[in-house]
Amino acid sequence: MAVTLEDVKRVANLARIEISNDEANTTLDQITGIFSLIEQMELVDTSKIAPMSHAQGVEQRLRKDEVTEIDQHKLFQLQAPKTEAKLYLVPKVIE
Amino acid sequence: MFNSSLNQLSTLLATKRVSSIELTRDFLRNIKSLNKEYNAFITVNEEMSLDQARIADAMIASGEGSPLTGIPIAHKDIFCTKGWLTTCGSKMLSNFISPYDAHVIELFNKAGTVNIGKTNMDEFAMGSSNETSFYGPVKNPWDILSVPGGSSGGSACAVAARMAPAATGTDTGGSIRQPASLCGVSGIKPTYGLVSRYGMIAFASSLDQGGPIAKSAADLALMLNVMVGFDARDSTSLQHENEDYTRELKGPIEGLRIGLPKEYFAEGLSDDVSRAVDAAVAEYSKLGAKIIEVSLPNTKLSIPVYYVLAPAEASSNLSRFDGVRYGHRSEEYNNLDDMYLKSRTQGFGAEVKRRILIGTYVLSHGYYDAYYIKAQKLRRLIAQDFTGVFKQCDVIMGPTSPSVAFSLGERSNDPLQMYLSDAYTAAASLAGLPGMSIPVGFGKKNRPVGLHIIGNYFAEAKILSIAHQFQQVTDWHTKMPDIKKF
Repeated sequence: MAVTLEDVKRVANLARIEISNDEANTTLDQITGIFSLIEQMELVDTSKIAPMSHAQGVEQRLRKDEVTEIDQHKLFQLQAPKTEAKLYLVPKVIE
Repeated sequence: MFNSSLNQLSTLLATKRVSSIELTRDFLRNIKSLNKEYNAFITVNEEMSLDQARIADAMIASGEGSPLTGIPIAHKDIFCTKGWLTTCGSKMLSNFISPYDAHVIELFNKAGTVNIGKTNMDEFAMGSSNETSFYGPVKNPWDILSVPGGSSGGSACAVAARMAPAATGTDTGGSIRQPASLCGVSGIKPTYGLVSRYGMIAFASSLDQGGPIAKSAADLALMLNVMVGFDARDSTSLQHENEDYTRELKGPIEGLRIGLPKEYFAEGLSDDVSRAVDAAVAEYSKLGAKIIEVSLPNTKLSIPVYYVLAPAEASSNLSRFDGVRYGHRSEEYNNLDDMYLKSRTQGFGAEVKRRILIGTYVLSHGYYDAYYIKAQKLRRLIAQDFTGVFKQCDVIMGPTSPSVAFSLGERSNDPLQMYLSDAYTAAASLAGLPGMSIPVGFGKKNRPVGLHIIGNYFAEAKILSIAHQFQQVTDWHTKMPDIKKF
């Protein structure tokens, strides 16, 4: 499953990261090296093993559906690049 | 004063021989004179630190102090700290004044400690040398031509150079233990889930774990007493009964079964590191421990598995940085998509981009099972290796890092070589086990060597005791680098 230059450009687009041709080539070289290490995973038969995400096998905790946070939009929006009328402003999407 | 233990500082404060204001000023002075050289801190705010020191002095005066009240603590810049610039070492957050405190910061505030500053780190904790920081590399105080390790390089440097008595860090694949090792200080990554991830800027959520870096195991125990605690806001926080991590410090070594995984002493380990680690193990043997050879056969898979899981989770976590609600937004853009693209391209550094791309690739259509699920299955095998070995021994030891600190720039253009720095630490992270590093000598060019101690789940008090007993009969942890006179 060799990574190709097209793959690099495709995932860069998916991840919303701009990448020039030169950068894509360098990235491909580095990623190819890393994947040669990652491919070692294929050598082990894992057909009878369950995936593990948490060492203690913790299940998602559920809580009551009730309000636990207070409204702090003024404080939080101090960090926003652009706001108006309590909303975050971004370029217009729908004409 | 600068070499005092947390216990000693606590006594000085409680008996009013020194005030928190004085102590805070002393450490701020050290930072002022040394930080230009070492670059261990991204933000220092004397006024806010001294405000906290005043509160601490009032707490002590009214008898409301606890063991760490009034003691200055440096915090890795990954912990959101209300009113403080919190950058995570990235241009993306170079304008982010956190509007809230991480759970860890809340706990330190409640204990009355003083935030002495926010420490430098690899960008978004992605790195093993502290060279990926937007704020420039940290220097290793033992040899300024070498790296301090990473990602908690600023915290390890700050403790080693006596700019802070102790510091917080985080560890995803070795980010507390490896810099502690390379800077000749002590550090512990607790069992996954003991320290809340709330307000700790996310890298790889199934692995990220906060922990302390300090001068000794006894100091680490006091730090853990503050940091550990259930927090409902972290979905993987463990409801574990509160412990006093100092309770077993005096426990004997006699009869302790130490397992040495043969895979940790195989090819790739430098001779100088091997010699210092062997000598430390011999010391344990002298103290009455029984040394057993064990095997963790899937060790070599831990780096491949780690470099699938961590980038995958990172690519998902870092999708929140879009220039909309906080962080960097590009000055110019043509439309919404262009705004995302330019803000992210400008805001992230090369290593972060590389990991986002790897992560996006392994999670993308058609590859999810082959990479992510496969890695999660192997993760279970790696964890099972440890479960088996802990039936034969009480604790595992080995080197923390395959080599002493490497030189600045030596591996920065070779990500693969850099990733191999985590060869011994990543497995315990994947298994969610507690691991620590303590200084046990020096290797090439007088650069420090760390001993890696891995315990079973929730065995923090035990491994701290094992480290403490070593530090009672040796003096490696008291050695300090030859820094400029204060």
